[in-house]
Amino acid sequence: MLLIVGCGKMGHEILAATLRSKRHLQEPWWVRWSLIVFTVAVMTVLIVIPVICVFVNAFADGPRTYWDRIINDQETLDSIRVTLTVAPIAVIMNIIFGVSAAWLIARFKFPGRSWLIALIDLPFAVSPVVVGLMLILLFGRRGFLGPWLIEHDLKIVFAIPGMILATAFVTLPFVVRELIPVMEALGSDEEVAAVSLGANAWQLFWRVTLPNIKWGLLYGIILCNARAMGEYGAVYVVSGRIPNETDTMPIRIEKLFQNYDMPGAFAVASILTLLALVTLGVKVILERRARREMELAKQMRETGTPV
Amino acid sequence: MARVPRRILPGFRLTLGFTLSYLGVMVLIPLVACLVRVSSLTWPQFWGAVWTPRVRAAFLFSFEVSLSAAVISVLLGTLIAWVLVRYDFPFRRFFDSMVDLPFALPTAVAGLVYSSLYVESGWLGRFLVPLGINGAYSPLAVVLVLVFVGMPFVVRTVQPVLETFDGEMEEAAHLLGANRWQTFWRVLFPNMIPAAIAGFTLAFARALGEYGSVVFVSSNMPFKTEIAPVLIVSRLEEYAYPEASAIAAVLLGCSFATLVLINALDRWVRQNGT
Repeated sequence: MLLIVGCGKMGHEILAATLRSKRHLQEPWWVRWSLIVFTVAVMTVLIVIPVICVFVNAFADGPRTYWDRIINDQETLDSIRVTLTVAPIAVIMNIIFGVSAAWLIARFKFPGRSWLIALIDLPFAVSPVVVGLMLILLFGRRGFLGPWLIEHDLKIVFAIPGMILATAFVTLPFVVRELIPVMEALGSDEEVAAVSLGANAWQLFWRVTLPNIKWGLLYGIILCNARAMGEYGAVYVVSGRIPNETDTMPIRIEKLFQNYDMPGAFAVASILTLLALVTLGVKVILERRARREMELAKQMRETGTPV
Repeated sequence: MARVPRRILPGFRLTLGFTLSYLGVMVLIPLVACLVRVSSLTWPQFWGAVWTPRVRAAFLFSFEVSLSAAVISVLLGTLIAWVLVRYDFPFRRFFDSMVDLPFALPTAVAGLVYSSLYVESGWLGRFLVPLGINGAYSPLAVVLVLVFVGMPFVVRTVQPVLETFDGEMEEAAHLLGANRWQTFWRVLFPNMIPAAIAGFTLAFARALGEYGSVVFVSSNMPFKTEIAPVLIVSRLEEYAYPEASAIAAVLLGCSFATLVLINALDRWVRQNGT
């Protein structure tokens, strides 16, 4: 598996308890604590301090000025609007694709299956800048479809549609990658039972599959959304960076940064950082909920009675 | 994980058709467009675009920083995974979930904040710059931000492997007379290597293509601190599409080689079942 984002932490309590009860399997206390202190220091410097720094810089001149910087700047407002247009469409495309591809891969065996999985992982390996370039070569004025697009007065590159395509390309694997392990772990017993009881495909999906995968799907969507709203390289290349029209929030950050307007850049950055923190928070909640449901289901299977 | 024969469950044709057409339109056609454009270049044209001192310097710098960042990521990431899985300490859960932050934080934000932390007046720069450590607008700055981006991949690949060590192997090693260090070095460590290599490859691949965070923290000076993706963008801004696609093709080749390596490793790990 290429990207393990949702790996469980169920084992920790049991493992730590086992190791604690067996003194001879523990490192000496000074080794333990120096490793812990070092880890906490590294994580603090690399991750925690930068997050705090974003908010402190954004609110350096008080919350009022912070609010004014976002609300009274038309270009910033427009960049928020563009991001809120591009990201949801790309995410919806990838949700539909993700559910379909996960159903195909987790429920059927067919020749070329492993090739398909490799193809789904491909966007992870392509530099975002190259993604943008590929779209320009395809849809740009001098691109392969360029003359046809001009003839029909369609604009893809340096406009919203190209940005949606670029964002969808970069975030393509996130929903599928989250769903495949969930569906494989669940197995298909319930679905086979539903079909044998006469459920049609529609009922099967809405009544059996979707309720089972909902937490995994939700996390996939939220992670995909965070990545889509934050995508920079690919969108930078295909957007043309037209102020008020194709600037997304990350591009707006870069422009403010280039103009030495650090407070403004940090104000926009704080919104995206908040989004990232919410994403992590939701992940923690969903993981806890999924674990509880898994335990309940296990209990039901063992006792044979609904809890 | 028994997979049911395709006849019982519905939707095989529908999902196969949709999945393949979506991947075709979204991924394959753009990719083919890029490769066709590159193959329409004559050999001297391609060579002339790729084998210039500036391009060579950019690729060399890209490899240098990505490799250093991946090495640092694998060392720190493995250690962090070890501590998170094996020890209990206050705020363990908090730090565990913060590992995922770089996955969710936009790279532009990471670049912005890293560039302001390590300058002379920054929170960390004010201590480091007097010591001669310049973590802004230098190669070190690029490596730092690439470690931020790549380290979570290592933690999240090594962590599940560490969670499968349930103490039995260690118990056996202890009974056979190994001390703690020998147990780690001879028993646990060899079992962590495949996951660590996979994490290393992921971090490296990600670093090689990274653009957003690097443009903020690097001075992007040609011949010095310019990475390959930045060079592609500057060629694009000059409307030099053939040159840009030639450089992109080389970068794509490097990324694919890494991807193939990951899959080969994955297969190898599965066959030698840890």
